[in-house]
Amino acid sequence: MFADPKVPSSAGRDATGMCAATVEFRHVSKSYDRRDGPAAVDDLTFTVPAGSVCVLVGPSGCGKTTSLKMVNRLIEPTGGQILVDGTDVAGEEVTALRRRIGYVIQQVGLFPHRTVGENVTTVPRLLGWSREQQRERAEELLGLVGLDPARYRDRYPAQLSGGERQRVGVARALAADPPLMLMDEPFAAVDPIVRERLQNEFLRIQAELAKTILFVTHDIDEAIKMGDLVAVMQAGGHLAQFAPPDEILARPASDFVARFVGADRGLKRLSLSRIGALPLHQAVTAVAGEPVGDARQRSLADPFPFLLLIDRAGRPLGWLPDRDVPADGIVDERLAIPASPLLERETTLKDALSMMIAADVQAGIVVDPAGRVLGLLTMEALGAAGRAGAAGRAGAGAALRRAERRPAAARPPAAAP
Amino acid sequence: MIDWSWVADHLGVLAFRVLQHLELTAIAVGAGFVISFGLAIWSVRRRAVYPPIAALAGILYTIPSLAMFAALISVTGFSVLTAEIPLILYTLVILIRNIVAGFDGVPAEVVEAARGMGYTSWGRLWRVELPLAVPLIIAGLRLASVSTIGLVTITGVISDSFGGLGYFILTGYHLQFATEIYVGAVPSILLAVAVDVAFVRLQARLTPWAATRGVAAG
Repeated sequence: MFADPKVPSSAGRDATGMCAATVEFRHVSKSYDRRDGPAAVDDLTFTVPAGSVCVLVGPSGCGKTTSLKMVNRLIEPTGGQILVDGTDVAGEEVTALRRRIGYVIQQVGLFPHRTVGENVTTVPRLLGWSREQQRERAEELLGLVGLDPARYRDRYPAQLSGGERQRVGVARALAADPPLMLMDEPFAAVDPIVRERLQNEFLRIQAELAKTILFVTHDIDEAIKMGDLVAVMQAGGHLAQFAPPDEILARPASDFVARFVGADRGLKRLSLSRIGALPLHQAVTAVAGEPVGDARQRSLADPFPFLLLIDRAGRPLGWLPDRDVPADGIVDERLAIPASPLLERETTLKDALSMMIAADVQAGIVVDPAGRVLGLLTMEALGAAGRAGAAGRAGAGAALRRAERRPAAARPPAAAP
Repeated sequence: MIDWSWVADHLGVLAFRVLQHLELTAIAVGAGFVISFGLAIWSVRRRAVYPPIAALAGILYTIPSLAMFAALISVTGFSVLTAEIPLILYTLVILIRNIVAGFDGVPAEVVEAARGMGYTSWGRLWRVELPLAVPLIIAGLRLASVSTIGLVTITGVISDSFGGLGYFILTGYHLQFATEIYVGAVPSILLAVAVDVAFVRLQARLTPWAATRGVAAG
């Protein structure tokens, strides 16, 4: 493949034997004589490490698609070099190069005269795999993208929905296990609900396969969600900023980037961060139906003017304002106000904020998977996290991907469990 | 009006003329297709050659058939070439246009995907673009065949040894014998319809995916 023994690309192949390639743009330019041609690209330099998702994002005419197509040489640069695992693609035989690079486009471009199975095995067939190998690979890939091989293998593309077609397109691009995938607005042509699902599935698959992926989109939210790295491009094919999503949001390199990411970039940053390891406010709790003890003292000593009632398993029941806490006797759970949203470690800060605003409360209750109280996330802590830059995140893309596998962490507001 | 006993007496020669008609048509459409396919592929791959090729084929089509037969007799005599050359030339304009349109009609994203997957340009042409061009190519073959079946009757003016069913039409006309005209015309029409139906069947067999178009996804 692209492996060059002189180039230290061991990162490209991890312990499980999956392969990914580094991609390096070195002063890549593309100029056109005609004005109506594809967008030009101006002196593009950046490196995408093996196994990461790099999203090229920008307004139309910024040269992002041109940049992508120069990697598999559908467009030839007029200057500079593109290196895949240290090898200049300009020196490669063009069809061999393309067979080693997965390619997914917005309109999918499935072959209408081929069945789903035949479409998926396009590149293996070009590479001369045996029929048996092709058949096995088709089964495997259709399963991977969530299409039952028995049901879908022999259908024609005309018999698929838009979302199904795009899944087949992704499976087809993955067929020969390429170390690099190019995806040109792959989810732009499907409706928002399907897009969200395809994005999440893509992140799941990527967490498993760890390919190097160049992904083009005009949608900054998609870029932030999908990318380990984001290359913001602006008209004329200039690279405006190249950084992880959080840094793009926290420190836009120019007015253009700040405008492009939008006035809500603070919220977008919160969406990148999860409650995770954020320091939680320790709730003052009392177990319902048991002697109140010194709960009143502890609650009054705490800046947060509520006592949290929990059941014997530690699960939250509701709030008791300090003034209603009896000096002694039994805590009556009927007094509890079931108000706050329940949050989990995986909840994004944006979702947490949204739920807290919706419930009109100053704190959300963070619970563990068994529903036991871990602590409180206060508005104050949220604000601090936003200002400090995502204390709770553990590497945007990776953390997001891990969490995408779980169902939404939001739960209905606290009531009796 | 129709002299059925005459018809009954001439079944043998009718069969001979039907076969001759089919043969003249098949040679013309076959050779025309081979020439057109080559010129169309050349046009698809080198766009600049298409306008002059299309123009030339169009001009040839405007030459009156009687004039062309007459002119050719002085060159190729009374050989089968005199009949076939005009028939072949008349198919070109229909076939070239339809074949080129067939390739042009392949969706751009399919072509882009094929390039991006690493097809060579010839591989793409044969394995992706040609199958998708089949419906329009067959549409061209249907038109060319039906029009050639009509024109074959006129080749009877060259000599009695051509003309297929046109032989009956011409002699019937000279003898003012309606039965013989019908014996030439009606089978000629039936032949055209049969050939057309055969091509429709062929297309269905060659493009199984097209039958599924529009079927809702499960």
